[in-house]
Amino acid sequence: MSTLTSDLSSEINGDIELGAGGANGSGDGRRVIAPRGGRRRIRSRVGRILMYVVLSVLLAVVLLPFIWMLSSSLKHDAEVLTVPIQWIPQTFVWSNYSQIWQQVPMAGYLMNSAILAVVITFLQVLTGSFAAYGFSKVRFPGRDALFLAYIATIAVPWQAYMIPQYIMMQNAGLTNTFTALILLQAFGAFGVFLMRQYYVTIPDELSEAARIDGLNDYGIWARIILPLSKPALASLALLTFVNTWNDYMGPFIYLSSNSLWTVQIGLRSFIGQYSAQYAMIMTGSVISIIPILVIFLAGQRYFIRGIATSGMKG
Amino acid sequence: MTTIAERRNAAQHDSPGQPGAASNRPGRSKARALRRRRILVGWSFILPNFLGFALFTLVPVIAAFVLAFMHWDAYNAPTWAGIDNFTRLIGDDSFHVALANTCLYALGHVPLTLAIALGLALLLNQKLRGIAFFRVAIFFPYITSLVAVAIVWNMLFNPTTGPVNQFLHLIGIADAPGWTASTTWALPAVIITSVWRDMGYYMVLFLAGLQAIPHEYYEAAEVDGAGRWQKFWNVTLPSLRPTTFLVLVLLSVSSFKVFDLIFVMTQGGPGRATLVLSQLIYQDGIINGQFGYSSAISLVLFVIVLIVTVFQFKLQQRRER
Repeated sequence: MSTLTSDLSSEINGDIELGAGGANGSGDGRRVIAPRGGRRRIRSRVGRILMYVVLSVLLAVVLLPFIWMLSSSLKHDAEVLTVPIQWIPQTFVWSNYSQIWQQVPMAGYLMNSAILAVVITFLQVLTGSFAAYGFSKVRFPGRDALFLAYIATIAVPWQAYMIPQYIMMQNAGLTNTFTALILLQAFGAFGVFLMRQYYVTIPDELSEAARIDGLNDYGIWARIILPLSKPALASLALLTFVNTWNDYMGPFIYLSSNSLWTVQIGLRSFIGQYSAQYAMIMTGSVISIIPILVIFLAGQRYFIRGIATSGMKG
Repeated sequence: MTTIAERRNAAQHDSPGQPGAASNRPGRSKARALRRRRILVGWSFILPNFLGFALFTLVPVIAAFVLAFMHWDAYNAPTWAGIDNFTRLIGDDSFHVALANTCLYALGHVPLTLAIALGLALLLNQKLRGIAFFRVAIFFPYITSLVAVAIVWNMLFNPTTGPVNQFLHLIGIADAPGWTASTTWALPAVIITSVWRDMGYYMVLFLAGLQAIPHEYYEAAEVDGAGRWQKFWNVTLPSLRPTTFLVLVLLSVSSFKVFDLIFVMTQGGPGRATLVLSQLIYQDGIINGQFGYSSAISLVLFVIVLIVTVFQFKLQQRRER
């Protein structure tokens, strides 16, 4: 077990350098995965155009469910599942996007999701980067054994310990509160792991120089390491935010009152209640994706880098 | 846990107030004070996260292992059960179904995702203007909300009027499958959806692997007169082996853990056609309150994940030799 996890982490360590190299190359998102080797250079113009055609067809196939979702969200219910498929609505029913707020408490759901995602992300990034400093820059006995305990729990499927977690929360009287979800998700091992892998790549000479200048460890963390690790912080923050926003099982198990529901739970119950309102269901789906799309487009290079460097969260 | 607690206690008891007690030489006591300070500083950084981690992850993980050997449900006090829960598993029909479905799912999901993700990575590992846009777009399904994905694919798979079957009719397949409404086709429908969702993620891992291959390898192969296929078989694939191994492990683990996508799409149905181990744990543990028995299923799930990982690890080691 220990050899296995250490092997996995060394493998991941290897990837980190690649991610960091890409990061140093340029701030341009396109360069994050800059071809270095193994590429095929396409010389002829015909070949290049053909390649774009192939890629565009591929893209259309992959994104087809989203296109269908968007088009259906602008239709009348009866027009959604027609034979043959209408890709463009006959009349654009924009009113779906105004009616949904009255039909279901969508604004409340969005608010709840946002609160949970922001609080959990903040705590995870803060405590994760703080602990990562202890694991990478301070040498003390028992440190590596402790880190191994962190990694080992990443390998245990979450389903395996959801029952004890649930019993604990039930006994603490915390079921049906945000507190339960925040406590369960804000101190994950993943954040510590991701940040630690990044901190290891920061040369110790930097912190030693700062120490000579009179900074203590807390000062080094705040003034040297934290500013240097902005890309890793961004990766962790974005991944945590999106994971929390998209989480279904956590809120599903712990939140029973409608007023606490997140977008995911609200959307799921919406299908149960109004199963024939296809267009409205699609409208809700589109609304639930928009925040993720915005965040993803704004920070896509951090997503890709975070995943390429950690290879975790599967 | 106990060792950590002891160590903390030890660190606190050896306060700098009584340095002379252990040693009279000032140099040594100074070194010890420094060491103690390191311990305190290190722990002060780790503690905020560790408190939450220990209480809400580490303790539940350990408890799950203990619970598996207990009789405990929502109505009765816990008693020691030995291996009772595990003998009960052997005769539990739902467990057999869930185990078989989980394995079938993994059998479909792992090779399909691996092959498609590798194919996409090879295709998108080119020097072409705007290639980053294609990569980002193909990655997007992975971070889309799961409920939205499940809802859309459920409708796409609608047996009579869904776009998928309309397309199948169009290309001449008159007897199109019933997908999520049919007991035989529900699992394939779920697999297709999850492959679509996951491929972008593993593509990113493969892209990272591909870009780590030194260009000199290809130049050397070209000097030796290797064609495109030979380069792929003799340079790309062998150099990608560490990445492929990582992807294989991550994919298998995630396949055996599969839960939420299936739960939202089919709720394990129709009948028990898509019931997987994770859902069984949820049903027995949280809905029916059989804490002990469901923990035994959790333990089985964990052991399966462990065996698969160790097996792949050994295989990788043998190949490298």
